[in-house]
Amino acid sequence: MGKFEYAPAPESRAVVSLRESYGLFIGGEFTPGVDGHAFKTISPATEEVLAEVTEAGPADVDRAVIAARKAYEHTWALMPGTERAKYLFRIARIVQERARELAVLESLDNGKPIRESRDVDIPLVAAHFFYYAGWADKLEHAGFGPAPRPLGVVGQVIPWNFPLLMLAWKIAPALACGNTVVLKPAETTPLTALAFAEICQQADVPPGVVNIVTGAGETGRALVTHPGIDKVAFTGSTEVGKEIARACAHSRQKLTLELGGKAANIVFEDAPIDQAVEGIVNGIFFNQGHVCCAGSRLLVQESVYTEVLAALRRRLETLRLGDPLDKNTDVGAINSAAQLAKIRELSQVGEAEGAQRWSAPCDLPVKGFWFPPTVFTGVSQAHRIAREEIFGPVLSVLTFRTPAEAVEKANNTPYGLSAGIWTDKGSLILWMASRLRAGVVWANTFNKFDPTSPFGGYKESGYGREGGRHGLEAYLDV
Amino acid sequence: MAGKAAGTGWRRTSMSELAGARIAVRKTYKLYIGGAFPRSESGRSYLVTDHKGRFAANAAMASRKDARDAVAAARKAFGGWSAATAYNRGQVLYRVAELLEGRRAQFVAEVRAAEGLGPRRAEALVDAAIDRWVWYAGWSDKIAQVRGATNPVAGPYFNFSLPEPTGVVAVIAPEASSLLGFVSVIAPAVVSGNTVVALASERFPLPAVTLSEVLATSDVPGGVINVLTGRTAEIAPWLASHMDVNAIDLSGAPDALADDLAVAAADNLKRVVRAGDEDWTQPPALKRMLAYLETKTVWHPAGT
Repeated sequence: MGKFEYAPAPESRAVVSLRESYGLFIGGEFTPGVDGHAFKTISPATEEVLAEVTEAGPADVDRAVIAARKAYEHTWALMPGTERAKYLFRIARIVQERARELAVLESLDNGKPIRESRDVDIPLVAAHFFYYAGWADKLEHAGFGPAPRPLGVVGQVIPWNFPLLMLAWKIAPALACGNTVVLKPAETTPLTALAFAEICQQADVPPGVVNIVTGAGETGRALVTHPGIDKVAFTGSTEVGKEIARACAHSRQKLTLELGGKAANIVFEDAPIDQAVEGIVNGIFFNQGHVCCAGSRLLVQESVYTEVLAALRRRLETLRLGDPLDKNTDVGAINSAAQLAKIRELSQVGEAEGAQRWSAPCDLPVKGFWFPPTVFTGVSQAHRIAREEIFGPVLSVLTFRTPAEAVEKANNTPYGLSAGIWTDKGSLILWMASRLRAGVVWANTFNKFDPTSPFGGYKESGYGREGGRHGLEAYLDV
Repeated sequence: MAGKAAGTGWRRTSMSELAGARIAVRKTYKLYIGGAFPRSESGRSYLVTDHKGRFAANAAMASRKDARDAVAAARKAFGGWSAATAYNRGQVLYRVAELLEGRRAQFVAEVRAAEGLGPRRAEALVDAAIDRWVWYAGWSDKIAQVRGATNPVAGPYFNFSLPEPTGVVAVIAPEASSLLGFVSVIAPAVVSGNTVVALASERFPLPAVTLSEVLATSDVPGGVINVLTGRTAEIAPWLASHMDVNAIDLSGAPDALADDLAVAAADNLKRVVRAGDEDWTQPPALKRMLAYLETKTVWHPAGT
């Protein structure tokens, strides 16, 4: 079956009004940086410059931490939970009200399809604030003692793959528990975090409770090593996570890390194949594979290997790659030139090491950063594409014969963030789930997220959990 | 305020002043059943006075049939409401708080007129009632996380327990606290997916009726909360003995009556909540939410 022809169906950009340049959000106001450095953020789909953003230096980070400290000591930590809750509910409501605008802005800056930003990212952002708003006045029921205390000022650094959603995962529980925050968004996706700063203003969140400092690695380093920070929360690469863990070893700051993954998506012979194929596609091509919990290693039981692979290729041929703002787009742009280079490099290594590469036939736009959905077969556990996180739309396929072998191979990684199981046999799901060393196990589904559901990794995928009742622990003095 | 002026005005206002005055449009206080506002099918009403004994309204005096209609409406609504996601129910309850906040002044006036309180005290009670909706809204997707469990049974089984709503809850609302007390007994039932038939305070029914008007224009589906006004001694026994009611809160029943109601409730083993020494202004305990939850435990083998 060929691809259906679709007329373009672009979502209007008119809902977004971009400023030419953005300051830092410190103490409730947008302020210029002390040393005047700035950088540009672009649309990865077109390379068009969207806005100029301030690069926060150490003096700016210092100002933000002082503002957060002041807000913590004079307002936020003293405020009853019932009142803190109302600010978070307000934020949730404003996110819902401005949902379409935020979705378009996210797709513009990040390159992800509007279908995902509109139907996944932004609704989950609102839900996350709504959920943690409800905890703010119930902390004594959360299982951490009768009157758990906040930690103080929290420094948070988030990645570019789900910019506003990662912000929500960080800020909502921190504020609910009574902490104040200084957050640094990723340098390639700062715009929704700055829109969030405006939302804090609309919600009349007390000045200094939320501070947003934009910048790159140096800004992040200044933030996580700042002596005025009581707790560090980081989502990003395992490499940087380890660096932060070393820094915090000296400063004794509390730390939670949500890092990389190399999840196994395991398909048994009795799995409903069409459903499993949808799950495989969703597992690795959702958000262009820029997902730490992506199902990047497909483990297929040998008896159904041919059938699964044929169905998978057929399905991939129908994926629509292109304009992130087009409502029919399945696969958007790679977030940056640097990330595209990394994906290309690892894919070349895969070929050089002897795996067979197959890419879905699709026309790549001339401008912007693009990579077609790609599948490697004949992959062994020793290959780098089976061991390293590619963080792109690249799937490595391996096979197994028995459940025990599937467990062995799935766990044969330094990571442990997530895993998927596809079978109609309930007892096998539970047997597998109890043996997989991963923080989230999806059975007959994949890449499902909910604010009530804890998320986080085993081993080198990090420590701490975000979401659910467990997500409070990272922001309480327990 | 307009109602009060109209109710008291004729004694003080001179004839000539009255001739030029605007006469207030008064509200008919009705029942709230299945999302509609019927009068009592019996055609009866009863005199409700304000705290100074002056005429306030002729409230509907619900009959046995009204009570049974309300239970039927609550049962009909149970399927949809209990199947709604916890997130959705939380949003719906929060929306009630949003709408109440917008009508804060009206409720302050009604609570003052009914209970005879000073303005500060009435404001505090209305604020607490609004905040109580918010508090319970947050519980919708958390009660299972506090009350549910996975159970490490000694065998190759995955075993978990989760709370589920009991069903239709009859509530005899507190007699003395017309709004805060009323909210404090209905919200804990509906938050987890139960549906409610509430009998308002006999003496101070009007704020509860006005609340039902808020519920009708909120996102609460019709039938999820039904509000009756009338004689407690007449209606409560029908609710307590109704075989399609699964639980009953006896807060508003005098002690002697409450004992009889508890006996009647035993016929189908209703879950019974007896009045304690509740101070509705204090943060609530989990007691009422937990009273209307069943625990379901699921076993599943684990193995290849």
